[in-house]
Amino acid sequence: MYHIISIKDFERAEIDELLDKAQAIDQDPGPFTSLNGRQVALLFFEPSTRTRMSFASAVARLGGSSICVDSVEGSSISKGETLADTVRVVSSYVDVIVLRHPKEGAARLAAEFASVPVINAGDGAGQHPSQTLLDLYTIRQSMPLEGIDVGLLGDLRYGRTTHSLAYALSNYDLTIHTIAPETLEMPTSLKDELLDRGCEVVEHDDITDVINDLDVLYATRIQRERFPDAASYYNVAESYRITPELLENRKEQMIVLHPLPRASEIDPRVDALPCAKYFEQARNGVPVRMAMLEEVI
Amino acid sequence: MPEEPKALLIRPIRDGTVIDHITHGEALTVLRILGITGTTGEKLSIATNVDTRIAGTGGLKDIVKVSNRELSKEEVDRIALIAPNATINIIRNYLVVEKIGVEIPRYLRGVIRCTNPGCISNANEPIESAFGVSPNGLRCHYCDTVISSDYAQHII
Repeated sequence: MYHIISIKDFERAEIDELLDKAQAIDQDPGPFTSLNGRQVALLFFEPSTRTRMSFASAVARLGGSSICVDSVEGSSISKGETLADTVRVVSSYVDVIVLRHPKEGAARLAAEFASVPVINAGDGAGQHPSQTLLDLYTIRQSMPLEGIDVGLLGDLRYGRTTHSLAYALSNYDLTIHTIAPETLEMPTSLKDELLDRGCEVVEHDDITDVINDLDVLYATRIQRERFPDAASYYNVAESYRITPELLENRKEQMIVLHPLPRASEIDPRVDALPCAKYFEQARNGVPVRMAMLEEVI
Repeated sequence: MPEEPKALLIRPIRDGTVIDHITHGEALTVLRILGITGTTGEKLSIATNVDTRIAGTGGLKDIVKVSNRELSKEEVDRIALIAPNATINIIRNYLVVEKIGVEIPRYLRGVIRCTNPGCISNANEPIESAFGVSPNGLRCHYCDTVISSDYAQHII
């Protein structure tokens, strides 16, 4: 049985194959029938809007139907049931389980107890492979994943999307630029892992040093609660804000991505520029998740 | 002044397992890892801070003797993290019939608790903790947290 738990479980060829499958789905007007007569459980024990909705859309487009659990309240978990028991029971109702859970490693545990394939839709501060795959897919729509300069901007210490993406990018021959305020730099253990995998990593603390050399700028939210007071937060947030002026001398093929939701880190005026690909990126969640569902059934 | 009487610190055992050259001070932790609690029936002899001439030990070691139970290599390898120099002697009829060192296994189950409070292995789930062992330390099978020092503090 095939589960999708962590991007770290993927070889480069497997990533490429999944992205190819997503592209084929994207270009095919349908209708799709691979989930005809099948049911998918969307177990979301943590709030989510776009991941849950895009999985539901992916299931429906493949001809399947979905059963949702939207929160811990009202579910068996609130009665003290273990996740292990929950997935064992739900396995007997459905053909695939898509799980979001606040605990890290929850999807790995679920895969050990489920009798149907499990797809990780985010486990706490841990892995979120579908986000990483759609990030890669969006880059690949604009340029090959080889020989490019990718800037990761924002909270690189706690942000799971940048951790997974950096790891996935280290499968390719490219350069990662980290651009983060002091105290929110990429953890040393991850940086060492990337270097061990032969990836070039260049650290910056000022976005203006590197912005004109980037092919991809991947921005993430800097959270207010990471700072001791409002003033230091606003200072940092302002210096990491992406504006049309900052992008004035960008490379021609350069694109700006963001996992969304954004706060103030991207000026809304950037939305009108051709390099703004974050809404396209969100849209890509559907074909990529369709490909993931097809992969596991 | 009377001479100190010569006596064995702990008696030889007839049958069982002697774990020698345990890092001094770790004998009780070793027993905990092996699941030997004193209520589990084995006859135990424990000596701590015993003199040794082996270099790099600070001149001290611990010894544990477990009568009437032959521990398997897999069982004893679980102590390798905190007692990497330990040797295992299987005793039958007062004779050492097998002598082996301990090796850190590639995978450790149920020995160390993950240091990440958000890890599912620390929740109320019917699983044992699980770690892959590498030169960089222990990597949690569930949440990828790496523990690279102070293993004894995280023993379950």
